[in-house]
Amino acid sequence: MKIRILPSLLIIFFFLIFIIFYKGLKNTNSYTPVTNSKKLIPNFSANLFKNEKMISSNEIFKDDKFYLLNIWSSWCVPCREEHIYLIELGKKKNLDIIGLNYKDKKKNAKKFLLDLNNPYNIIILDKNGTLAIEWGAFGVPETFLIHKKKILKKIVGPLNERSVLEIKKIIK
Amino acid sequence: MINLIGYYSLIIGLVISLSIVFLSIKNLRNSEKFDQRITVSIVTQFFLVVVSFFSLILSFINSDFSNETVFNNSHTTEPLFYKITGTWGNHEGSLLLWLLVLTLYLLIFLFRSKSQPKDYKIFTTLFQQIIVIGFFIFLIKTSNPFNYIYPTPNEGLGLNPILQDPALAIHPPILYLGYVGTSIIFSSVLGAICADQVSREWASHIKKWAVTSWIFLTFGILLGSIWAYYELGWGGFWFWDPVENISLMPWLALVTLIHCITVFEKRLILSSWVIVLSISTFTLSMCGTFLVRSGILNSIHTFANDPERGLYILIFLFTLIFLSILIFIFFFKNEKKELGSIYWMSKETSILVNNWFMMYFLSVVLLGTTYPIFLEVITSDKISVGPPFYHKLILPFLIPFLIAMAIGPKLKWIKSNLKNKINLILFFIISFLISFLIMSTIKVKFLFNTILLSSAFYLFFVSLKDFFKNKINNFSQNIAHFGFSLLILSILFNNFLSKEVITNLKIGESFQSKDLKISFESLNQNTISNYESLVGKFNIENSKGDTEILYPELRIYNQPNIVTSEADIKISLWSDKFMTMNYVNNQEYFNIRYQTKPFMIWIWISTLIITIGGFTSLLKKRHEN
Repeated sequence: MKIRILPSLLIIFFFLIFIIFYKGLKNTNSYTPVTNSKKLIPNFSANLFKNEKMISSNEIFKDDKFYLLNIWSSWCVPCREEHIYLIELGKKKNLDIIGLNYKDKKKNAKKFLLDLNNPYNIIILDKNGTLAIEWGAFGVPETFLIHKKKILKKIVGPLNERSVLEIKKIIK
Repeated sequence: MINLIGYYSLIIGLVISLSIVFLSIKNLRNSEKFDQRITVSIVTQFFLVVVSFFSLILSFINSDFSNETVFNNSHTTEPLFYKITGTWGNHEGSLLLWLLVLTLYLLIFLFRSKSQPKDYKIFTTLFQQIIVIGFFIFLIKTSNPFNYIYPTPNEGLGLNPILQDPALAIHPPILYLGYVGTSIIFSSVLGAICADQVSREWASHIKKWAVTSWIFLTFGILLGSIWAYYELGWGGFWFWDPVENISLMPWLALVTLIHCITVFEKRLILSSWVIVLSISTFTLSMCGTFLVRSGILNSIHTFANDPERGLYILIFLFTLIFLSILIFIFFFKNEKKELGSIYWMSKETSILVNNWFMMYFLSVVLLGTTYPIFLEVITSDKISVGPPFYHKLILPFLIPFLIAMAIGPKLKWIKSNLKNKINLILFFIISFLISFLIMSTIKVKFLFNTILLSSAFYLFFVSLKDFFKNKINNFSQNIAHFGFSLLILSILFNNFLSKEVITNLKIGESFQSKDLKISFESLNQNTISNYESLVGKFNIENSKGDTEILYPELRIYNQPNIVTSEADIKISLWSDKFMTMNYVNNQEYFNIRYQTKPFMIWIWISTLIITIGGFTSLLKKRHEN
């Protein structure tokens, strides 16, 4: 009988593989690859919005907190739309929101913040747009979630309810 | 009209298949001589598939958009060359090509095996016809290349631009010659078992097929790899993408098979190895077809995401697997006592040891490729297995593998003592010293890489020495092993010494680091028949003051509307300079990726040397006969 055991095992084995492949066919295969490679934030120094003083990235981003870097501009219409979400997120204790004011006039930017409130803990200036490039930004608005100097998440375009939920989930 | 001719040729071809099966079974029972009607039918069948294939090519040349395949994959503005190659740049056409090669091989098999026993020939034909029928039905039922559209569209959707490339135009046919070649090995081994012909003569007969398929497969993989290097713009040659892995698995099985057959030919041992490997080379090729064509895995090669097709191939594949298991178990008589025992210090032992290593590599690749599917089905987690997995599992085992590859050929059959022990040890010390010196100038993980490098150098020196010393009885093996050592060395150095700069630049700007300066000098725009091209001009100056000008290109294709990035590569003997550029959205900036890739060309050259090794072994065989 010994000789019959191996074949039956083989056949059962291949049969199982068949079942798994068969089930695999039914699954959807449209997946987006998860990028686990968490990129480090760039080192930079920039002028502060309130008093034009120089500040370096090490002074802004500390290790113990979550940060949300939001690239915005007063001339950018979607930035207005996403503003309420920033204000909502600004209430979180363990999250600091950093504004990166992109290619903007100071007067207009101030008015924007007066009209819509200021959710930002710190705002830095990027008058000629080079800082945004260092961050690898595609455009305005764009938001980065940062923890321990690593970019955990990048949201291209305005924030919406879904992305806010995801951010809340991560910083919990 | 042409469509109809193509379609009906396929139908008639299928009918002929059935008649061949009928004739073969009849011939098996009641005749001593091989029925010539079978040969005639096979020739006719081949002719019909050729007609069908050429009518599809003709439809592509004429841009006949009433044909659905042509409509989906061609466009009037494409150059003629890509209209033709578009024939196999899609699911339906490439399957038709597969069928063409399948019938072609059967034909060649019949003409080249005149001296073989009748039963063996008939059984082989029968098994090959089962595969042929499977593909006929698959083609006609689920992926008919001659589907008709009415009303006829004015313009087609166009061939995917990344496929519009000379290397990729010949890559599928060459690769298929390799893949499908394994089908003959498969049918022939089943035929040999059924006809009880697993013998020395059979082995040397089938070894030629194994070597031929292996040569084509190697060359096909090489072409694909070169294409990925310059077209996909990542600057690498192997990405452990599922589809690459799928081509690597039958390759590994074939290499192992070739070594096993050599042992079997000489000593009539390892017959089960030979049989199992012959069966698995083809099933692995088919498994590849299944994984790629069903869309169960996502990859650049998945043309078709149609579950019906996947299901069909799956059932077909497992029918073949079960069939071969049953035949192997019930018909294979291993009564001829395997001659003698295996002495540990002999050529066959070292081949056997390396076979186990190969099987290990094969299972790593198989596991890495299919594990995500299993995991998803069982736990619905989605993971992707990347290069670190393969590197961690394969690299350490490469060290003993390379050393055994160097020493193995020095041993004799049956039983031997190593002569020149001192020589071999001396070589190892030299290789170790060289590696030590090299590695101490490079900042990577020191100990492990030094040992890995020295084992590669060891194989390199030992096989290099044999060129000058040995009588030419093992010439092909020597070339192939030498090529392999060169390949590993080039890959290692390429990995250690590659440098990369990624930056965003706009016209007129430059990037400066301590050892080079990249300046973006200008941007030229041209219009070519089916795309717009943007060519950047970059001046690269290294610390010694040498300058080089590179012209990476962006192509904006009109149909389908896709942007591809064409790398500009300055190839030289020691190092390639590689540059791509890409859009940064809504900016005047371009994303620039500049790499120096040392020894890149040696990766291609060494692979060619390996193929030449296989080729000389074919020539040698023919010479002896």
